[in-house]
Amino acid sequence: MSWIAWRMLTGDAVKYLGAVFGVAFGVLLITQQASIFVGIIARTANPLSDVREASIWVCDEYLQNADEIEPMSDNAVYRVRGVEGVDWAVRLYKGMARARKPNGLFRQVILLGIDDQSLVGAPRTILMGDLASLRRPSAVFIDKAGYESLWPGEPFAIGREIEMNDRRAVVVGICETSAPFQTFPVIIACYSQATGFVARERNQLSFVVGAPVAGVSAAEACRRIRAQTGLAAMTYREFLWLTIRYYLDNTGIPVNFGITIALGFVVGTAIAGQTFYLFTLENLRHFGALKAMGVNNRRITAMVLLQALVIGLVGYSLGVGMAVAFFEVTTRTLPDLRGINIPWQIAAGAGGVMVVIMTLASGLSLRKVLLLEPAVVFRG
Amino acid sequence: MLFARSAAVTAPGPLDRSEPPPLAELSSAPGVVCRSLVKDFGAGENRIRVLQGIDVEIACGALTLLVGPSGCGKTTLISIIAGLLAPTAGEIALFGTPQSRLRGDRLVDFRAQNVGFVFQQYNLLPALTAVENVAVPLLVLGWRRPRALERAAAVLRDVGLADRLHAAPSRLSGGQQQRVAIARALVHEPRLLVCDEPTAALDAQAGQTVMGLLEQVAVRPDRTVIVVTHDSRVYQFGDRILEMADGRLVGDSSVLRSPAAQHPPEPAP
Repeated sequence: MSWIAWRMLTGDAVKYLGAVFGVAFGVLLITQQASIFVGIIARTANPLSDVREASIWVCDEYLQNADEIEPMSDNAVYRVRGVEGVDWAVRLYKGMARARKPNGLFRQVILLGIDDQSLVGAPRTILMGDLASLRRPSAVFIDKAGYESLWPGEPFAIGREIEMNDRRAVVVGICETSAPFQTFPVIIACYSQATGFVARERNQLSFVVGAPVAGVSAAEACRRIRAQTGLAAMTYREFLWLTIRYYLDNTGIPVNFGITIALGFVVGTAIAGQTFYLFTLENLRHFGALKAMGVNNRRITAMVLLQALVIGLVGYSLGVGMAVAFFEVTTRTLPDLRGINIPWQIAAGAGGVMVVIMTLASGLSLRKVLLLEPAVVFRG
Repeated sequence: MLFARSAAVTAPGPLDRSEPPPLAELSSAPGVVCRSLVKDFGAGENRIRVLQGIDVEIACGALTLLVGPSGCGKTTLISIIAGLLAPTAGEIALFGTPQSRLRGDRLVDFRAQNVGFVFQQYNLLPALTAVENVAVPLLVLGWRRPRALERAAAVLRDVGLADRLHAAPSRLSGGQQQRVAIARALVHEPRLLVCDEPTAALDAQAGQTVMGLLEQVAVRPDRTVIVVTHDSRVYQFGDRILEMADGRLVGDSSVLRSPAAQHPPEPAP
């Protein structure tokens, strides 16, 4: 009977494709909206999330997120280095600056200052230039999207000059960074240079980043740092989640995106569920004929579930495929969407949602089919 | 007069019996035996009694027509005879099996093995070809597909559709679709063939062809064939005509064969 179920399903190409694309668009909506939400929320910790070498993050004890920074005294780095179990610790600056081009045009930029000696936090993907040249006076790297924003339509070139806090900076390299939440260019300089590109404050040290010695966990090292210095110390993941949670708790992003995702879910559910439900209803007369001919309810159930499985699987694969294609195209062509992809958890979640939707839809359809009196076939 | 061409009325039928026999007695009787069949639809004040106590025996080896005005209970009666509806009261036996006592899968299996259906609207699965449609009852009975298709093709040849085996129903004329439906109804050699208005959707010529075909290939000594019809032009094909009105059997006649019925027209191409 599974052969008949298969033929009933695929025999009418229009109905079959209608049901499959109903599911596919449902999956596309859910996957795409949820991925954009996760991608944007994950950006709140960028570009600091690029500093992967550091498993320990130390900052002011009242810091709430990576964008509102209370600078620490420069000697905090020494206090951290003095904690037993800390292998190494270096300074990291993060702040905002204004970059002005020679023609007077300016843009707000995100300024990262990395340790002069170790270059911990240096970009991993360099498109042009040499990382060692960052140690030269006034040298800065700029991220690709920032470069294209400051010099739109112009080919990559090093040696371009900008001015920050009345100080000349020379672009010695172009790199990739994780897309920041604020869509500003990212400028990377050595710590000693970076602190000169912004207005002078008594304290300027944003973070101390480091790693524990072998045999000591980052969490344990952080506990010791907190106990010994009174500063806040977090593991890399804790630090990322501190910022993410701040944005989730204190901005309208989750609500707005939540509504969008919920709408995506509802629309996706409606499209996917309704198309399969209607597909079965349109075949009700044929199921009635099969019941009259001696197909029992168990076999009818198996037939409907097989059809739901096929539509669900093909629709899900198509939907995820369309979502992947969407992000492949948009992340290449739209800088604002760069770095957003489909986490496997969302793909799996959309699969789970689709299982629920198809179970509900086939359950509702089955109810109709199973309650169908086979005598209905005699009613013209 | 309903049966304008009717002739001799047979010996007294079940309508003449004052007391219905017990079911055990019926188990050796051939064909269909209905005793005091009652069917109600709805409940309470909305209850409608559609069958008001039907007593009838229908023999094998003959084509029995069930006629009467719309709403008189014909379709309900054949639905009960075919095991698609349960009677509210009364007993029914098919070839000695008390069908009204079968329940669940036993009833479904009994129907699969013993009953063939021809529907007014054909009810062919549009996604399957003619030969695949005909094979469905065999697949329901658990036949392997290649063997079922082989047998289905042979039956389709018998009904004159050898050249349309692989045509989709949508590519067939109404008459051809009904011939496919007849082939499907007969492919598993059922002992009861139930046809609901098989000519209603056909023109006169195709209707005659279909009835001729039914008479030719369906009527066998060990099979009961019941045809519900409104179409007085096909009465000539009936060996017996049962007339219903208001949920009761009001007429029971055997008719003499007309020459046309003995020599039905050739199947339309």
